[in-house]
Amino acid sequence: MLATIRTRLLLSVPLLLIVTLVSFVLNSLSPSDLARTILGADGTQEQYLALRHELGLDRSVLIQYASWLGNALGGDLGASYLTKERVLSMLNPRLGVTLSIMIGVMLVCVSLGLLFGVLSALRGGWVGKAIDVLSLVGLMMPSFLVALLFIMVFAVWLRWLPATGYVMFSQDPAGWLASLVLPILSVSFLPIANIAKQTRDGMNDVLRRDFIRALRASGVPEGSIIWKHALRNAALPVITVLGLVMVGAISGTVFVERVFVLPGLGSLAVDAAQQNDIAVLQGATLYFGLLAVAINLIVDLSYGWLNPRVRLS
Amino acid sequence: MTELPSPIAGLSALETLRTPKALPKPAGFLARLFGRPLALLAVIWIAIVVVGGLFAGQISSYDPLDQDLLAIKQLPSAEHLLGTDALGRDVLSRLLHGTTPSLVGVVQALAVVSLIGVLLGLSAGYFGGWWDRLVVQYVSLLQAIPVIVVLLSVLSIFGQSMSAAMVTLGILGSAGVSRVVRSVVLGVREELYIAAARISGLGDARIILTHILPRIFGPVVVQLALFACITVVIQTGINFLGLGVPPPAPSWGGMVFEASASINDFPWLLLPTGSVLALTILSFGLLGDSLRDTAVETWAAAAHRHTLQARAPEPIMDAPADTVLALRDLTIVSGQGENARILVDHVNLDLADAETLGIVGESGSGKTLTVLSMLGLLPAGTRMTSGRMSLDGKTIDLCNQGQLEALRGGTMGMIFQEPMAALDPCFTVGHHLAEVIRRHKRGSRTDIERQIIALLHQVRIANPEDVARRYPHQISGGMAQRVGIARALAAEPRILLADEPTTALDVTVQAEILELLRALSASRNMAVVIVTHDWGVVADLCDRAMVLYQGRALETASVVDLFEKPSHPYTAALLKANPHGAKPGEPLPTIEETLRSIQVGAG
Repeated sequence: MLATIRTRLLLSVPLLLIVTLVSFVLNSLSPSDLARTILGADGTQEQYLALRHELGLDRSVLIQYASWLGNALGGDLGASYLTKERVLSMLNPRLGVTLSIMIGVMLVCVSLGLLFGVLSALRGGWVGKAIDVLSLVGLMMPSFLVALLFIMVFAVWLRWLPATGYVMFSQDPAGWLASLVLPILSVSFLPIANIAKQTRDGMNDVLRRDFIRALRASGVPEGSIIWKHALRNAALPVITVLGLVMVGAISGTVFVERVFVLPGLGSLAVDAAQQNDIAVLQGATLYFGLLAVAINLIVDLSYGWLNPRVRLS
Repeated sequence: MTELPSPIAGLSALETLRTPKALPKPAGFLARLFGRPLALLAVIWIAIVVVGGLFAGQISSYDPLDQDLLAIKQLPSAEHLLGTDALGRDVLSRLLHGTTPSLVGVVQALAVVSLIGVLLGLSAGYFGGWWDRLVVQYVSLLQAIPVIVVLLSVLSIFGQSMSAAMVTLGILGSAGVSRVVRSVVLGVREELYIAAARISGLGDARIILTHILPRIFGPVVVQLALFACITVVIQTGINFLGLGVPPPAPSWGGMVFEASASINDFPWLLLPTGSVLALTILSFGLLGDSLRDTAVETWAAAAHRHTLQARAPEPIMDAPADTVLALRDLTIVSGQGENARILVDHVNLDLADAETLGIVGESGSGKTLTVLSMLGLLPAGTRMTSGRMSLDGKTIDLCNQGQLEALRGGTMGMIFQEPMAALDPCFTVGHHLAEVIRRHKRGSRTDIERQIIALLHQVRIANPEDVARRYPHQISGGMAQRVGIARALAAEPRILLADEPTTALDVTVQAEILELLRALSASRNMAVVIVTHDWGVVADLCDRAMVLYQGRALETASVVDLFEKPSHPYTAALLKANPHGAKPGEPLPTIEETLRSIQVGAG
């Protein structure tokens, strides 16, 4: 178990390095020049050179990266090119929003995905068909489209939930939950279908195994065979893909934060991308990288927790 | 790749890993692919989109940028077939012109994905070694990267260049493709003809070109179709965020965003773009799915519940006086109609109190099915067409699952051929036993624990407290079979069914398990049915034995009679084929050859 965690943490180092290095390397490859873009067409040559120096762009890529990395390790992610605000103080208040969505998505996806998967493996018939249809809809609807439809139905027509905006948990817990329901469901749509499909295949596999027959032969009740023995074994392959599913859901979160006008990391990153604010984008990239690492770590831990072979090795 | 492929495909990458088969011959393949209505519809829709995008200017006479502020937010009319948007621009024209960026994006990403993915996967799988390990690490690294975040950087740095974003998407997505390619190549490489080709001096390049590339073609096409699906999602998503294609130029994602701005007062606007977008994504997904299904062509057997006519079974009157269990007319078949095969053919069986009965036969003779039918545990795909059972004189309906379930564990315990596979890997030995004890008896927690220890002690496990805490992977096969026996005995059944209980074990362990079974059946006064193909087991353990051949019971007799004067020539042949009687230096006797010699002798 410890070995698993160690491997994952060791793997996360190159992951974070690569993710954060990408923008520096790209920057040096890019035909357009950041300082020129910020200054616009009117900037003089002196202004341009001064800005290049100020941004550190006149140094080599590796030195730029090393200095960013050194500062980052010291807890300093630099300042926004546009507003001069510290990047860290821009990121931190937004982390809560994105984390709330991601945790909600994970809970919803795992519980509903497993439930639907088991039901469709057992019943086949109309439940299986319904889940097939759900999967089709999940497939054809990108998260931002689902989000818009949800707004149309639940906010505009039924007026059950707010269409956009975020309420702080500390101000109004109920309002906080209401502001997150639609975003979480929009992001979860596709992952639920994915997990349900995977669970169904896993259950069909496990239910054919010898030990299920042996459990039946010793009179263990069918309910316990399905929900305890079969599901536990079928959940193992599901968990191995849960990491992929959840890292994929990060993309969904970025889109959906935009639709619901939520002040999360995703919308910050999108704004920064539009305004060429590389420093902010770089910080957001690091945070998302850390989020991906955390997701994979949680997935590894729950895999070990469920699988005695890993736990005890 | 972090965004997953289609949900209907589930995790296509993983599934393809499980069935790394090449597509069959092209001609029949295409015919079968288009035989699927959904695949045909998907291809037709994609064709419509491509044509619409290529001839956008010819199809719609409106300029996609032309504003008409006198005709804003109009519903469909003869003039504007799909209505107009908030600036009075023609929706159809924008939709058609917006197709190009999406399609170009798909083509760019697909080109990169297939090039890098195939090269990496092929070289890693074919050459193996350190390169393979490196590629595998690289792939798992790429798959842990959140795609959209990297794309945002790329877009920002490369001045919102969609091409740069799509190439990046292709690089990130190549992880999934190379993973699939690698697994297929690994499978092919192990096949004999590749080794033969190598030995005969064929170069690597020739082997890859002629033997391996054709095999990875199918799985790669499937992956590409599913990847196209993701590309459309990401590409439109980027435009939706206001990146990539700059407004007011038309793009599908941008149009969805425009629609979202007027979702309160003019919801119609979402419909045309939303449905075109959804249908296109769906078509790529369906196409990928159909490609794979056509390639794999798995026959998903719907588990038919075998239902015999629901009349009460006739009681069995002709069983001897001390019979515990009697079986009459048991017939089990597989398949339907012309493909039906009879697996067990009108078998009768009587088991006396405290008797040990052997069922002997070659593999496929129906001996295991006979035993499983007594518990109602026939495998999917087989069904019973006739059969009656009585237990202690009480008639049991073999088709009544409820009635049979009540017998499992408490009246009849069963042990299996593969002791390890019969245990759930996720639970401890103690848990397995506790579950059965709780089901059949009452008792406090400590009481159940005491019973577990006692049971393990009875099956001669030296350190029961320790073993009870272990998981199946922590015990040996012999110990697993002892646990299996303990579980079968947990509820003190009157009858023990043993399906080749020693076949999968080492010879020394076999003897111990047989000795244990003999001692337990004697001490518990328990009737035993033991399925075996080993005459040694029969001689050791059984009072009587039944010989099965191709589902028919040829003879049933006491063991002494069977060994000394077998009444059926097959029994004699089977006895002769016992390897224990073979002479050193001579070929082992086989059943075919002894049967033949008997037939020759008889004829």
